[in-house]
Amino acid sequence: MIQVRNLSKFYGKKAVVEKVSVDIHPQKITSFIGPNGAGKSTLLSMVSRLIDADTGEVMLDQDDVRGMKSNEFAKRVSILKQSNFMNVRLTIRELVSFGRFPHSRGHLTEEDEKHVDQAMEYMDLLDMEDRYLDELSGGQRQRAFIAMVIAQDTDYILLDEPLNNLDMKHSVQIMKILRRLVDDLGKTVVIVLHDINFASVYSDRIVALKDGKVVRDGTTDEIINSEALKEIYDMDIPIKRMNNCNICVYFNS
Amino acid sequence: MRKNRTRLIVLIVLAIVSCALYLFYELNGSYDYALPRRAVKVAAMALTGIAIAYSTVIFQTITHNRILTPSIMGLDSLYILLQTLFVFFLGSMHVTVVNQHVNFVLSVISMIVFALLLYKFLFQAGKRPIYFLLLVGIIVGTFFSSITTFLQVLIDPNEFLRVQDKMFASFNNINGDLVWWAFGIIAIALIIGWRYMEELDVLSLGRDVAINLGVPYDAIVKRMLILSSVLIAVSTALVGPITFFGLIVANLSYQYFNTYKHKILITGAAFMSIIALVGGQWIVERVFSFSTTLSVIINFVGGIYFIYLLLKESRSA
Repeated sequence: MIQVRNLSKFYGKKAVVEKVSVDIHPQKITSFIGPNGAGKSTLLSMVSRLIDADTGEVMLDQDDVRGMKSNEFAKRVSILKQSNFMNVRLTIRELVSFGRFPHSRGHLTEEDEKHVDQAMEYMDLLDMEDRYLDELSGGQRQRAFIAMVIAQDTDYILLDEPLNNLDMKHSVQIMKILRRLVDDLGKTVVIVLHDINFASVYSDRIVALKDGKVVRDGTTDEIINSEALKEIYDMDIPIKRMNNCNICVYFNS
Repeated sequence: MRKNRTRLIVLIVLAIVSCALYLFYELNGSYDYALPRRAVKVAAMALTGIAIAYSTVIFQTITHNRILTPSIMGLDSLYILLQTLFVFFLGSMHVTVVNQHVNFVLSVISMIVFALLLYKFLFQAGKRPIYFLLLVGIIVGTFFSSITTFLQVLIDPNEFLRVQDKMFASFNNINGDLVWWAFGIIAIALIIGWRYMEELDVLSLGRDVAINLGVPYDAIVKRMLILSSVLIAVSTALVGPITFFGLIVANLSYQYFNTYKHKILITGAAFMSIIALVGGQWIVERVFSFSTTLSVIINFVGGIYFIYLLLKESRSA
């Protein structure tokens, strides 16, 4: 379990994240939702130590993450941000192999190779493993990066808007894979989402942020209802039940 | 993978050939006189080449930019300023100018101290993007150059010639002892740096990915900056400002090897430097019969290559 306690981040005097306390339950998909500028990505970056928190603490299975060695932390928590610019030319296999760095520091063992193969198989990348990243479509690239994180084999996987710029087919594909990671392999997934319907259909728990504060935190059923969504988004959003899923019809509200 | 190994071997062979050519061509049996003098020069060129290749590749990786050289941090300008200050205040016959040992030690120490102060000051002021550091480097470097020009205008013309000697890299009169001192420092820096090669591979993936993969990004960047400054300081104090050269070999190495592995990239760039410096110096001596200096040729060729890189980058962006 990841416990976030009183976490704040200020840019100048403005609090982007203000005294946020949240529990991330193990072996569940937790979605962070909320309007633009609510502090979702900042919160995720602080939990994953990409940026330092100004106040508060993050406990990972009872250990304070600040005291942890970078390498140890990277074996337990992985993070993928939305844009990944790099100025080296890598093949998919090379990128996914980097996921094993915390375990083997660049000298891959047989076990590492096994993890890399598995991750690529999971993301359906084996038949193009030698293609270069800059020759791929946005969706394929995103899958390659997610494969890297899977190869890293951490208990906790944090993803910052992984569905950005993806079409419907690839979005659904990625969400299904995340579901399998949780159900089959017992991983814990935290994901920042913009489309609440993906959050509604695929997540176990939802944390809603607004203006740097947590406004709602609960199971998916507790959040996906018109009254809670009104509070989060200031919109009247009717909910329709289809194929056992709650769908928010926000397009013309 | 194997292709890269063959390419590396080709470079090593070429480097050995160019060194041998330089050492033994038209030696005419002068083993006692000419050979040791040539050996000192070859050693100095090899050391400089390795130091510059190494520091440039590191620097480009941490700045994520392939058309920068460490000279942007202002160390070269500081070196020329120092030489100008010595002549301006102490005169061209003062021990700091005449005695190469004193000059070497003073130059190295002041450049390293300057770099450390700059980094300390900048990293203390909180987390800033690396471009902020570069910007400060450019400003400080320009500031040094301006003072230098101002002082040089005031210097007696005869004294100015003394400064001018130091403004361009030259391998023509290098002190044998200094080569050993430089060798000591550079060897230590290389041994320390070799342990970070895998981390550098990860750094080239960008800050977020590097931290995700468990690399303490800020600490490593700081260490690599210091390492690169030490190498630049030593090579500049040994032969003069020649960092522009690193741009050529680093980029040639990226093109030639097409890998992300710094062990290969840096080794390749180092051997390319040796080939270019030793081979170039041989051409200067045998073809141009000393009518020009190596650094003029390097700046000429490097300038053309730099323009080519700029055009290429702007087209791909």
